[in-house]
This record gives sequence, C-alpha cells and structure tokens, in this order.
Amino acid sequence: MSDNHKVIGRSVPRIDGPEKVTGGAKYTGDLKFPNMLYGKILTSPHAHARIISIDTSEAERLPGVKAVITHKDVPTLKYGLSPARWDESIFCSDKVRFVGDKVAAVACLDEDTCYRALKLIKVEYEVLPAALDFLHAMDEGQPQVHEEYARNINTEIHQEFGDVEKALAEAHHVRTDTFVGQRTYQSPIEPHSAISMWDGGKLTIYSSTQSPHYFQHYIAREFDMPMGDVRIIKPYLGGGFGGKLEPTGLEFAGAVLARLTGRPVRTFYDRAEMFAHNRGRHAQYMEITTGVDKNGKILAAKANFLMDGGAYTSLGIASAYYAGALLPLTYEFDNYQFDMFRVYTNLPACGAQRGHGAPQPKYAFESHLDNVAADLGIDPMDIRIINARRPDTVTPNDFRVNSCKIKECLERVRVMSGWDEKKKNLPRGRGIGVATGSFVTGAGYPIYRTDLPHAAAFIKVCEDGTAATLYTGSVDIGQGSDTVLCQMAAEAMGYRYEQMKIVAADTEITPLDFGAYASRQTYMSGAAVKQAGEEVKRQILEMASSMLGLPADDLDCADGMIFSKSRNGKSLSFEEVARKHFVLRGPLLGRGSYTPPKLGGSFKGAAVGTSPAYSFGAQVGEVAIDEETGEISVVGIWDVHDCGKVINPRLLHGQVHGALYMGMGEAVWEEVLFDDKGRIKNAELANYRLLTAVDMPPITSEVVDSYEPTGPWGVKEVGEGATNPTLGMFSNAIFDAMGVRVNSLPLSYEKVWRALKEKREREEDARREEDARREAHDRRADAQREADGPTPIYANPI
Amino acid sequence: MAQAITDKDGVKRYLITLNVNGDAHTVLVKGNAILTNVLREQLDLTGTKKGCELGDCGSCTVLLDGKPVDSCLVLAIEADGREITTIEGVAENGRLDAIQESMINHAAVQCGYCTPGMVLSAKALLTRNPNPSEQEVREAISGNLCRCTGYVHIVEAVLATAQGRLTPDDH
Repeated sequence: MSDNHKVIGRSVPRIDGPEKVTGGAKYTGDLKFPNMLYGKILTSPHAHARIISIDTSEAERLPGVKAVITHKDVPTLKYGLSPARWDESIFCSDKVRFVGDKVAAVACLDEDTCYRALKLIKVEYEVLPAALDFLHAMDEGQPQVHEEYARNINTEIHQEFGDVEKALAEAHHVRTDTFVGQRTYQSPIEPHSAISMWDGGKLTIYSSTQSPHYFQHYIAREFDMPMGDVRIIKPYLGGGFGGKLEPTGLEFAGAVLARLTGRPVRTFYDRAEMFAHNRGRHAQYMEITTGVDKNGKILAAKANFLMDGGAYTSLGIASAYYAGALLPLTYEFDNYQFDMFRVYTNLPACGAQRGHGAPQPKYAFESHLDNVAADLGIDPMDIRIINARRPDTVTPNDFRVNSCKIKECLERVRVMSGWDEKKKNLPRGRGIGVATGSFVTGAGYPIYRTDLPHAAAFIKVCEDGTAATLYTGSVDIGQGSDTVLCQMAAEAMGYRYEQMKIVAADTEITPLDFGAYASRQTYMSGAAVKQAGEEVKRQILEMASSMLGLPADDLDCADGMIFSKSRNGKSLSFEEVARKHFVLRGPLLGRGSYTPPKLGGSFKGAAVGTSPAYSFGAQVGEVAIDEETGEISVVGIWDVHDCGKVINPRLLHGQVHGALYMGMGEAVWEEVLFDDKGRIKNAELANYRLLTAVDMPPITSEVVDSYEPTGPWGVKEVGEGATNPTLGMFSNAIFDAMGVRVNSLPLSYEKVWRALKEKREREEDARREEDARREAHDRRADAQREADGPTPIYANPI
Repeated sequence: MAQAITDKDGVKRYLITLNVNGDAHTVLVKGNAILTNVLREQLDLTGTKKGCELGDCGSCTVLLDGKPVDSCLVLAIEADGREITTIEGVAENGRLDAIQESMINHAAVQCGYCTPGMVLSAKALLTRNPNPSEQEVREAISGNLCRCTGYVHIVEAVLATAQGRLTPDDH
C-alpha cells in the first residue's frame, strides 16, 4: 500500500468551520420564508387512552390560527422506519399509546398563538390501564398496547449457531450473570424541526434529518407521490446520534398544514417534546451464560435478552437483532445462542442510538467476562487477548471479518494506561477496568428492500479549473463527513482540498446516499467519491496526454499538478488542463456509486449486523470511589482503535472523544425516568444529566496502524464503535475499585454507595457469624472440659 | 422605563433599544419576550441558537455588557439600552477572532450548534483572564453543553488561544 498521499491522512480544518464559528451556518430552525407559518403538534397527556372525541372548533376561531388538523385530515396509511412493522399513524385516531403520542396539529401566525390554540383543542379520553414495566409486559392480563400483537410481543428472535449445550457441558467453568441497561436518549443540542412548502404538486421539506433519502422515500409513500415530486433538503444539522434518522411526525403534519394553508410551515419540537418523541436506546434485561476452558478460552455463550420497545416499532427490530448479532464479533467462539423479546410498552418508542443496540449487551458481556476472569484468577486483559478475534475469520453468525487488530489494540492500551503496574499497586478505592468493542462499517443492507446503490456521488470541475464541487447525498451531522469526503475527492482527483466545494444532502441536486447511520459514510460514500474523483482524474490525464504529447499512463496528477512519471519538467497545472477539457469536450464530471457485495448467511435475521468491514477497539478507564458517598471520580480514560486508514486524524479523535463522552454519560449518569403514569420526570438536559466540561476526565486516544482491504484507501468505522466498550469499561473499573459489582445501568453514585453498604453489611454479618461460631465452639469446648473433669497432670509426659 | 403601547386587545408591548454588536435597534416587544427570540426572530441574528429554553444548554449565550448570559433567561426588556454581543459581532470585518480561528484549527467544532455560545463564553473568559488554567477553562464553558466533542478539543483550543498557538502542531 502506498502512503504518499497529498490530502488524506492530514488534519485539514473543517470545510464548514468558518460558517459555524461565526454564526453564519443556518440550521433548519434558523430558516425563514416569506409568509411562513408556525406549526405545533398536540400530544397525548395519557400513557394509554381511548380517544372519545376531538373538538377543534374553539381553536379554529382563535385569531391567528390558520389551520387545525386531526386524523381526519391526513393519510391513514400506517408508517414506520422498519417495513416489517409499520405501526405508526400521523395522528392517533382510536387511541393514544404513550404520553406524547400525536393527536392534532395547528398552523398559526406565530409561536405564541400555536401554544394558545393547542390548549383550546378539546380531546375527550377514556383512560386505559397502561403497560409501563417492560419486565412484565408479556405477562397474562397486561394491557395490550396494540391489539394485533399478543402479549405485547413486537419482535421475537431465537438463533443458535454450533452446539451450545454440548459445549457448555464440556466446559471447565460455566457462569451466568444478569444485567439491566437503562433507557437513554441521544440529546443532540439542536432540537428537531422541519419547514414544509408546496409549489404546485411538488413538496419541499427542509429538515433536521440524518437521511434525506429515507425521508423522501417515506414521505412519498405516505402521500402517494412519485419520489421526484418530493424534495428533502438538509441544512446544517446540530447532531443526531441516531435520533434524527426517521420521520418524526413534524414533516407529515407540516406537509398537510402547508398544503391546507398554501404557505410554508415551520414545525418543531421543544426540548421536552424531543424527550417525548425519544427513539433513544432501549432499556434491556440481559442474561448471559458463558462456558470457558481452564485457560479462559470461551467455548460457548448464550444471550437471553428482553428489550423495552416503547409504543411503536421505530428501528427497534434492527436494534433487537443488533443486540445479539454483534456479540460474537469481538471474541472468537463457535457456539452461540441468542434469544430476544422486544416488547411494546406505553412509553415513547425506542430506536437507534449511537452503537445501535450493541453498547448495553457489550456492557453485560464485558462485565460478565471480568466475573469469569475473577472466577479463574486470570487477568482481565489476558482473558480478552486469549479470546480476541483474528483477521480473516468468520463469526458463527456468518459475518466475514477482513482486517482486525483487536489484539494489538489491547496490547497498546495495556501499555498506555500502565495497566500491569496499576493492577498490582492501586490503593483501596481505586480501580482500573478494560473492555473492548467492535462495530459495523455501514449496514450491509438498506432499511427497506431495494437494489439501489447505497451511496453515489459526482464531482463537477469548475470551467476554469479553479474549483471542484462534490455533490453527495451523504449527511454531515457534525462528524465531519463534508470535510473528509472533500479530502477523499481531492486525493482521488489529484486536486487540492482548499479548492474543493461541496453540495450535500439535497435530494433534488445530489445523488442518492442512504445517509448518516451505521457508521457508513467515510467507507461507503467515500468509495463512491473516490470512484468519481478517479473518473475526473482519468479525463484530466487523457486531456493532458494530448496537450503534452505523452502517453496517459506516463502521467499522474497530484496536488493540482499533472506531471510525467518518467520525464522531469513535463508538467501542467490542473487548472489549465481542466479549462482545455471544458473548451474541447464540455463539462468535466466524475461519477461514482457504491453497492456492498452480498453479505451474510441465510437464516432469519442474517442481514442485520452484516457489513463489508468491522472496526475494533479497546478502552481502559481508571476510577476512584468515595466509599462514604459512592461518588465516582474518573481519573483517566485510554482508547485505542483499529479503524483502518485515517483520513483526518483530528476529526477522527474528535469522534472518539464524543463517543467516550456519550458512553461515560450512559455508564454513570444518564437515564430517562418515568413516573407511575408514564410521564417523563426529567425531560430536560440538566436533570437528564448531560455531562459538562467540568465532569470530563482526561482522555487519551490512539489508533493502531491498520488497513481494511475492502475500503477506499483502507478506511473503516470509528464514530459509533468507540461507544461500545465504554459502559463495560466503567463497570469493570468500578468492580475493580470496590470488589463488588453493580448489575444495572447507570452505575450511579447511589447504586455504588448501596452496593458498598451491602458489601459492608455482608462482611459485618459474616464477621458476626464467625464470632458467634467461634464463641459457640469455645462454649462447647468449655462444656466438654467440664464433663471430662479435671485434666490429669503427669509428672513426666515422656 | 421603556415606552409601553397597548393594542386593541389590551396586550401591552414595549418599545426598547437593543445595542447589538454596536448597532442600536429599536424594537417592539411583549413583556414576556425572551431575548433569544427577539434576536432571532426580529433582528434575524440566528447565530444565537435555541437548544432548551431553560438555561441548561448555553446554546443561546450572548454577552450582556461583556458578561456571558443565557439569553433564554433574559427578558428582552431587561436588555433595554444595554450592550449585547452576539456571535455575529465577534469576527470584525470578516476577520475571525483568535478564538474562532483556534477552534476551527483544533477541530473543536463538530455539529456547530453549541459553537456560538461556546465561542462567546470562551471569549469572555479570555478577556477577563488572558491566562486561564485548564480547570478555569472547563468551569467557564461548563454552562455550554456540547454533545459532540467530549470537550477535549474545545478546551485545547481555548488554552491554545491564550498561549497564542492558534494552530496545533499536528495540523
């Protein structure tokens, strides 16, 4: 592999940096159009209730109200993100299924009028008993969330690979542990918003979306329109983390309100509404059984999970499969069983959040593995190295792994963190923990069934060659894909990054790309961009060949210069050749597209978790526990990743830092809490507890030298994968510090304090029992002595 | 006291002057109008972002007489006659401020939604304390939530600005 790259591998500044630091970057909620109205959605105050009647007349009479709509005014077609279970409606017609379910909407002259109008809509409900506890949602007699899904079972998975029972029977040691993961929320700082407008029969929506293509597809389906009449434009996007992947209802309601009023309508969620809309990480109950040999080599594993889906499917079927599918990826074992129920409850629906389904099962498995290591007296680092997956292997569920340097990640993080020294010498109350992770580099299959390419791109070189514009449907949600893809385009063309422009994520102008999810863009969109760039370069070299009178294969182009590989001094600038191309041959364009190869096995659910490439990583964390209060201080975190070739090191490490930050929040602080009526108790960023700059520990991140043979220039994923080890890493560090494990997330100060208290009480009880046993023994000895009478005294015992 | 005007429905509005980025704007606002909304909706200064409207996230940070405040917790009438700096007033004549340049170069910007507030909090800190410690930087920006960066590059960018290193060594 050659590493004489001119553009990639450098920490060039973000292409959108100046707009973002000056306030010039316009997000959807910043846009304003002439004659624009404001729209708001009325939501249910009840977790479960039958709708008896809706009276909108008073709201309609309020001055400034331009339209009021309910289920009677919108398409009745059910929708959802996951085609296997379309179970959502634009507005509820018969009953509401969670606090926040959508009932009606208004369009008004201003925001204030919207809020007053919503209060004037009279909805009569018959409140029904609600299923709020996912652990019991399948029990007999529980309220049914959807009539057509008996026992509230939304998804049921049963998979077995190899012979698990035989392997467990032959194992040296078998252990079962149970863990519970909490519901968390993506909490991007920009709230969702959309602006809808009609021009004749054409609908245009500006939206804070991670995937304009899926929005376009689902909106066209919902309104029975050709996709060509629906245009989705993503302005700047203020974070997503999975929370902006699917239709939120804002677009559907906004589109109907815009059609009725003939005016642009901006619809939006405030922060509390964002919490209600949710689609965050599922709460999960996770039982894991593992059998190992005497060296700690895993022979078989069983995962038995239960997931709180909330009121609708969302992307939850994929989440459910992901939870188990990725478990046999990081470590090698042949025998694996995965059972899962995803259940409906009368709570907001859960979906995809950074690491999609995988971080909590990894927390469970990594905690469990430390328990196994403790049982066998093996160093937690060693048990992971013993089991680490090797390159060019296939998982029991048929995922092909090409590049894999998990072992190198563990070895490096061991040195970086001072693991061996600290493991021996850390004082009481201090602990160090390790965990690993792995993740897909893009999903092998799209969300709905289609043969469309996963990514496409084209590049147009300006007529005088002084700029080139990359057109891509990929979505920069903050991770920096606009920058990275422009670097890749420039590298492929032999051009300069500084002269690149980008037009992204506008379904009318840019070619299709499935968007920002499953950590796919640098790899998949990058492959399309590289192809487009190479097509430009080929044309440039052909033109230069005729201009220089040299064969094209003797020429190369780098950093904006075309030169002869064999003769010094024979060179031309990219600009002069591009200009000549335009004069003689017309526009200089390059095109590219990417479709993954057929992946995975043929069993039910085999598609989920397939990817053309997998990333790997290892993290170590050091914590100090205050035994009096349970307070956890994080002393430091060390992260090493195998993410293939790095295109922009600073942006990459920024992704790792962000993933660690989110994982740390989920590990220790973050949790969505509900009251006994299904209402969110902490629908604000302060009480949900997003970490501030003061809460963050020192973070050191590195990458191992890695190359993925299937990726453009050898790239792989990093943005989500770095979240996967974090929860388990904290669990293990806290376990190491306390000698006792907290088996549920978040590993809050209170739980830590309680676990320590219970441990002290157990120790105290054991001491008392020991004292009592000793006393009883002494009493028995005394009684025996008395019964035996005085001990004879011998003058000479010999 | 600002001049009050009552409309035919009995709703009272106040005529106030906001001195924003050196320009005086006379605007008519309701008594309960928050400064964030008046800046964004009436003056089209949308660099001031709305993230929570509860003072939790700091996206709407502006400088009021030089001090960083959550503009969602400030009534527009409270700002009558006072000096306000929004993100649009930080770069002068198209020339970026040192903190802005440093944040770009250090990759301290990701989605960018918190960035305007973060820049203003950092700028206010560096104005009153040109040589802050890392802890002082963290405290100064602790009212500005960032969901993307883990704050690592942001803290680095602010410290580097104080030390006159607007470009990192690995650039």
